Amino acid sequence: MKKYIDTGKKDTRSGFGAGLEELGKKNENVVALCADLTGSLKMDAFKNNHPERFFQVGIAEANMIGMAAGMTIGGKIPFTGTFANFSTGRVYDQIRQSVAYSGKNVKICASHAGLTLGEDGATHQILEDLGLMKMLPGMTVINTCDYNQTKAATLAIAEHDGPVYLRFGRPKVANFTPEDQNFEIGKAVQLTEGNDVTIIATGHLVWEALQAAETLAEEGITAEVINIHTIKPLDADAILASVKKTGCVVTAEEHNYLGGLGESVARVLSTEHPSPQEFIATKDTFGESGTPEQLMEKYGLNAKSIVAASKKVMQRK
Amino acid sequence: MANTTQLEDFVTQVRRDILRQVHKVNSGHPGGSLGCAEFFTALYQEIMDYTTDFTMDGKNEDLFFLSNGHISPVFYSVLARSGFFPVDELNTFRLIDSRLQGHPTTHENLPGVRIASGSLGQGMSVAIGAAQTKKLNKDKHLVYSLHGDGELQEGQNWEAIMYAAGNQVDNLIATVDLNGQQIDGSTDRVLPLGNLKDKFEAFGWEVLEVENGNNITEVIQGLQNAKEKTGQGKPVCILLHTVMGNGVDFMMHTHEWHGKAPNDEQLEKALEQNPETLGDY
Repeated sequence: MKKYIDTGKKDTRSGFGAGLEELGKKNENVVALCADLTGSLKMDAFKNNHPERFFQVGIAEANMIGMAAGMTIGGKIPFTGTFANFSTGRVYDQIRQSVAYSGKNVKICASHAGLTLGEDGATHQILEDLGLMKMLPGMTVINTCDYNQTKAATLAIAEHDGPVYLRFGRPKVANFTPEDQNFEIGKAVQLTEGNDVTIIATGHLVWEALQAAETLAEEGITAEVINIHTIKPLDADAILASVKKTGCVVTAEEHNYLGGLGESVARVLSTEHPSPQEFIATKDTFGESGTPEQLMEKYGLNAKSIVAASKKVMQRK
Repeated sequence: MANTTQLEDFVTQVRRDILRQVHKVNSGHPGGSLGCAEFFTALYQEIMDYTTDFTMDGKNEDLFFLSNGHISPVFYSVLARSGFFPVDELNTFRLIDSRLQGHPTTHENLPGVRIASGSLGQGMSVAIGAAQTKKLNKDKHLVYSLHGDGELQEGQNWEAIMYAAGNQVDNLIATVDLNGQQIDGSTDRVLPLGNLKDKFEAFGWEVLEVENGNNITEVIQGLQNAKEKTGQGKPVCILLHTVMGNGVDFMMHTHEWHGKAPNDEQLEKALEQNPETLGDY
């Protein structure tokens, strides 16, 4: 089994900041808007180097989304930045009407998604955003797994014509995908090969899935780990090819099991190739305060849980 | 430049178009549409610099955003009669497979529409964004927007109003249709707006009032005065005093016709008060 190496822990939001700064140099149509969280979103480099294209809107997310929609008229490519909670639930109708239904080329970039936001607690830990965003017709939904992939995704979405939701997080996590990767929207990345179980993971759970696969390998179980960075459009071909081989699947995400990646995978499998599935996700609950590690342990979103779910789903074959 | 009689004839025909559109499908919003016939006519026949060779980007032309999308009948009539699409298409208003959706949308690629509106309170932010892009593009043209008065109850407007003043968005003319009515009754009874002139001024806007927003000459003058105030560091607001249902005696001064279509008999009476001028579609 191929081993993945953590080249040093980094936060995914810094990958976004680095990608945005590079876009600032490469593409003069890229503009950035932020709702009073410039430092948290790592947008300072863009702000300092391209002040004329940086728009501080204050704590006014609805206005930010509407402005971003308007800024596309005339050819700009707006990237909005705030926490995932304020990027989605707070402004759902603005995104729905002014961005998605209007077909505007806005990139909604959301940090601090999920439980790993940590101590701030449930008011800020949105676990519903992937569902909210994937339900919007025409919306592309991406959840990246590490610094390198987040940077690559940030660069890639600027080239995509249409609304995008890009979700990333707060904590420093393993950085293990290639620095020079070519990020292809809608294309799953198979990380390991295996015959016994498919593990489909997104975001911070991808690294956990790799750790789980190593543990399972020690017990003679080979797991095929697939990194689904794009929740929508979903790479159904990659999912079906793997599950047809392994016969069962575990999905893993830092999100409610209602409306998340797992349900999207279940839809594909139930119509094309019905298969046993276990869900690593929060079970219709809010989060709470705690360290990211404590929360991921308490809510069952880590390698240990993925190992247990893999064994369980294999027995259901 | 059209003369006043020609413009008044245009307005009368727009009123007929509004009434006939909503009557045919027994739905839609005639009241606010009738009240804004002069404003749209002034904007598209006299004030704005635009091309009917429509592009979404609208570079090097003036732009207009309708925030209170429910008055789509007046928007569609004036767009059609200004050359954006065939006037006959008004026949398809609110019908299945039509580009003329109940509320305006870009989704069906109707020329002249650059944003979907209907869920209220979003248009000012969009207009500000478009105005900022014009500045980035060094495009000296202006951005116009229209908002209902009741619509200002939506909080997003005040985020936008604060932003525009704080960031000197002075290439924007936002007009408020001050007809004092909304679905449930008068704005004073539903949720009082207070003194809007004072409010906009307190936020740092330049405010002009048009006392009779149903007088085409006054509306044109008001818009021209507003244009002269642009480029001076402040966003510009026009408080446009109109009468909901204007031009049809039994529809005026009431909220009852906000979202109700006339029946056959009522249509006949209404059309009698607005004789055909430019030819019905």
